Amino acid sequence: MSELTKKSLTEIANLIKKKEIKSEEVTQSFIKNIEKDKKLNSFITKCSESALKKAKDFDKKPKLDNLLPGIPIAVKDLFCTSGVKTTAGSKMLENFIPNYESTITNNLWNEGAFLLGKLNCDEYAMGSSNETSYFGNVMNPIAENTVPGGSSGGSASALAADLTPATIGTDTGGSIRQPASFTGTVGLKPTYGLCSRWGIVAFASSLDQAGPMTRNVEDCALMLEAMAGFDEKDSTSINKKKENYSKNLTDKIKGLKIGIPKEYRVEGMPKEIDKLWENGKKILKDSGAEIVDISLPNTKYALPAYYIVAPAEASSNLARYDGVKYGFRSSKGNNLIEMYENTRSEGFGDEVKRRILIGTYVLSSGYYDAYYLKAQKVRQLIKNDFDQAFKKVDTILTPSTPSSAFKIGEKKDDPISMYLNDIFTVPVNLAGIPAISIPAGHDNNKFPLGLQLIGKPLDEQKLLNIAFAAEKKINFKQTLNRWWEK
Amino acid sequence: MSIDKDKIKHISKLARISLDAKKTDTLAKDLSSIFKFIEQLNELNTDKTEPLSSILNEPLRSRGDVVNDGKIREKILENSPQKNEEFFVVPKVIE
Repeated sequence: MSELTKKSLTEIANLIKKKEIKSEEVTQSFIKNIEKDKKLNSFITKCSESALKKAKDFDKKPKLDNLLPGIPIAVKDLFCTSGVKTTAGSKMLENFIPNYESTITNNLWNEGAFLLGKLNCDEYAMGSSNETSYFGNVMNPIAENTVPGGSSGGSASALAADLTPATIGTDTGGSIRQPASFTGTVGLKPTYGLCSRWGIVAFASSLDQAGPMTRNVEDCALMLEAMAGFDEKDSTSINKKKENYSKNLTDKIKGLKIGIPKEYRVEGMPKEIDKLWENGKKILKDSGAEIVDISLPNTKYALPAYYIVAPAEASSNLARYDGVKYGFRSSKGNNLIEMYENTRSEGFGDEVKRRILIGTYVLSSGYYDAYYLKAQKVRQLIKNDFDQAFKKVDTILTPSTPSSAFKIGEKKDDPISMYLNDIFTVPVNLAGIPAISIPAGHDNNKFPLGLQLIGKPLDEQKLLNIAFAAEKKINFKQTLNRWWEK
Repeated sequence: MSIDKDKIKHISKLARISLDAKKTDTLAKDLSSIFKFIEQLNELNTDKTEPLSSILNEPLRSRGDVVNDGKIREKILENSPQKNEEFFVVPKVIE
């Protein structure tokens, strides 16, 4: 394996800018690693040939004043890429080739990057272990038969295994932060509306948000800077001035107030995670921040409310898959209705069906007030909790997940225990606020654990700065035996 | 609330997803436990709380109704499971 692929995105970008390496060399090194992806199964589509061509084109006429000059990047297969298959991890879209490009990937390409491949994910981003993908399980590079988390599991796995210098995921209830935590990488879910949703296969539109996944906080700032920005094509996109997150990155956090919510100390949480959290507090205190105890009283109701709102929105978003204009169509059925029913039965996997049915039920006649309206009211209470807390503190510190990565199959047959994985990440999506997960230590099995920082709306810079300060003091190291290459 | 097989049959019809007997059984079991979990929300009094449908403070923008791409019929049809010249083909709907 080339040492080049171990370098951070920022380092690679700087080497290219200084003309010390060529984009072709970088691209070639990552392709070499990708060729050994078979056991990890992190890629659904490899774009090695077209990436090499783009790298050579870049080297012939390098444009060095961009943020991501000549950088190959693989992305979650939920982002539509023009002329390249976009599957959302589903049989339904197995052969779907969009003729347009998502705004977010387009933003990356405008900054000089190009597509290296499409990464595996849970089907329609519904899952917390990457076990619902039609294209098979993804393995965590930290250990064989271990899940990478989900739904951006392929993204996290490819990033941690040095198959891409950085990547992007989407986060509806934790799908960036939980896999980042499980693989020892950095993942950020931006404020709702900061990154355009246009051209992303929709799951739950009031919660979905794209974000960067990177090796370190500096890279995360760089990627966010490239991704973020107003988009007329997304009616929920926030119209504000672009920020220079990477240039303004600092570890000076003296005087900032960090809130510790007592409700995140849940029953049965492993001691190691408690210890990790304590250590996080100490580190931020040593950096000059002030630790403040706070309360987010409605935390325990976030997950049940999420399992009304998200499936409800999913059931209406996924109504478009009817086998008529694009995607899979069943060959069975004697009339139009039977064709619809068989197409959706054969095209969707079990978890997607489960969520469509939950959503259909909570929106069906006579149940709307009891479920959907109730959940929206609880969503207001969750948001109020955060609003109150942010009157007292700048940022909130919590663990990212209630456990480290688990074995494949361990939670597959019990939906509730799978859903509980997102207990610390879901409240953030309901409130539409930003949060970042950074690797902060290991458990007794040497599996990585993450800490989450939650911020006020559009306060990404402060989140990145605190994460940057913490990262320096934590000095997280991970060595992989690269079992999948053997 | 427990969700029985008849309820599953009803919502799967609404959602246009055909299910065999075995799947119907499993889903009735799964959804019953999920709704038991969801119904924790009933502990909360929300009589005086306004529902939150969007976290954005401003109303949704609309853009002008203008054609900005167009002339992509062939490209669109390329993804269709069945087509005939410039039309999508579906099973017969009129007898």
